[in-house]
Amino acid sequence: MNVETILFYFFAASVVFSALRVITARNPLHSVMFLVLAFVSSAGIWMLLEAEFLAIALVLVYVGAVMVLFLFVVMMLDINIEKLRKDFLQWLPAGALLATLIVVQMTWVLGDKSNSAGMTAVKHAADYSNTKELGRLIYTDYVYPFELAAVLLLVAMVAAIALTFRRRRDSKRQDVSWQVNVKRNDRVRIISMPATKKNEASGADEAHAAD
Amino acid sequence: MMELLQTVHQMGEGLLGAAWLPVWTAVKILAIVLPIMGGVAYYTLAERKVLGFMQVRPGPNRVGYWGLLQPVADGIKLLLKEFIIPSGANKFLFLAAPVMALTPALAAWAVIPFFEGGALANVNAGLLFLLAMTSLGVYGIIIAGWASNSKYAFLGALRSAAQIVSYELAMGFALVCVLLAAQSMNMGEIVEHQQSNYGLFGWYWIPLFPMFVVYFLAGVAETNRAPFDLAEDESAIVAGFHTEYSGMGFALFFLAEYANMILIAALTVVFFLGGYLNPFHGWGALGELTDQVPGLFWMLAKMSIFLFLFLWLRATFPRYRYDQLMRLGWKVFIPLTLIWVVVVAAWMQTSLWVW
Repeated sequence: MNVETILFYFFAASVVFSALRVITARNPLHSVMFLVLAFVSSAGIWMLLEAEFLAIALVLVYVGAVMVLFLFVVMMLDINIEKLRKDFLQWLPAGALLATLIVVQMTWVLGDKSNSAGMTAVKHAADYSNTKELGRLIYTDYVYPFELAAVLLLVAMVAAIALTFRRRRDSKRQDVSWQVNVKRNDRVRIISMPATKKNEASGADEAHAAD
Repeated sequence: MMELLQTVHQMGEGLLGAAWLPVWTAVKILAIVLPIMGGVAYYTLAERKVLGFMQVRPGPNRVGYWGLLQPVADGIKLLLKEFIIPSGANKFLFLAAPVMALTPALAAWAVIPFFEGGALANVNAGLLFLLAMTSLGVYGIIIAGWASNSKYAFLGALRSAAQIVSYELAMGFALVCVLLAAQSMNMGEIVEHQQSNYGLFGWYWIPLFPMFVVYFLAGVAETNRAPFDLAEDESAIVAGFHTEYSGMGFALFFLAEYANMILIAALTVVFFLGGYLNPFHGWGALGELTDQVPGLFWMLAKMSIFLFLFLWLRATFPRYRYDQLMRLGWKVFIPLTLIWVVVVAAWMQTSLWVW
């Protein structure tokens, strides 16, 4: 067994273990952390396939951004774990069926022996850049599907904002440009008052003290 | 420098055979991490000295000459202090959080070229790796805030997480401009691409000047430093996410923060100020004379400009309000970077692009 095979089994075991812990961990926050571990382990497997761009992008996008927001939400929720776990057995058959279906499909596709010639890993030269290759394919051969996917994401983003955005009437929002453009004369008025005579003022003070 | 390394490498290979590679890598890692740790220790002293001088007071001057042993004394103090775990804290995550903060801060150094060919790992997607590593640092903070079982720590963690995620976008887009200009994601190639006969005028800080400013300011925000240190806002939330940490736990967060600051300084230099390149290259006799200076010197000299800038900003500006911080990130930096990506992409198609 060479180093790569050992690494592959290490990462694969890590993915399976952490995926299992995602659904069995009692604390939702631990589930999220195990999901992070699952992502990082699968990034490791992609790295072994010389797909370093995809591997790092997976860590950057999912671990670095998406899961942070997940963690954010889970941390702030007041979750009653007992209540959540009550229906676990009731939904188990449905979940198991779905999982089996996925496993069957995956074995069907990946285990197809007639196709195996095209699937043996090809080792590339040291100067092979996965990033460059991916960029070339995306922006030449697959430019229309790629742009379509981008537009789809944009539509989804606009829709999400349009659905959740509401302007609150009682919100005390500030107009920053107005705040920045304030001049001194808008805030402070300097008035000139005639000076009072000194002895008059002290005389008044004495009268006050005598009271 | 490279010849010397090559001789050592060949000697070791002859001596140990296949076992040499891990040993050699470990030696290289130590050669990077130990100076960073020393740099962090003395950067804290420099910070206190610089802040002191800017406020017309001497700063630490009691331990050793000019206070030079102050970081050692601080280190020993933090090592010997009791590590307290608050009641109701999630013990495992509470202990793991400082490690999660420090690890990515150090791992990111693997792809930084200190001199020509002087990076630990010559990764093709080095720039992407850096973005991934800097974005992982937020886990330490957010987990620390949650596991502490304290309101102050939790609020600090939420603030910090939102801030880091927001500013990372601006940083990412600023770097898109850099990789457009350099046509590479490899850190060494980005530096080499800035080499020209015009010395410092060939570097990317000129065509990408707005990105240069945005990148450094977003870096200040990303490391939670003043004036963007809302995550550890003493006047509002005690010490933010590390309120409950004492002793070495606190020290690790401290190390991570300062290692990140030095990292941001190094990255700004690599992306916009030509990394280890000589600023006078090609300037006649001056250029030829200064070409003899090793690249490591230029790298460190340029880094110290930004390290000083960090302290200068802290001594000069009052803290931002949180909504102002978010506005700056989302409504100023991100649109600016988006526009500049288009500008640079169009500019590069014309003959006016000389970089």
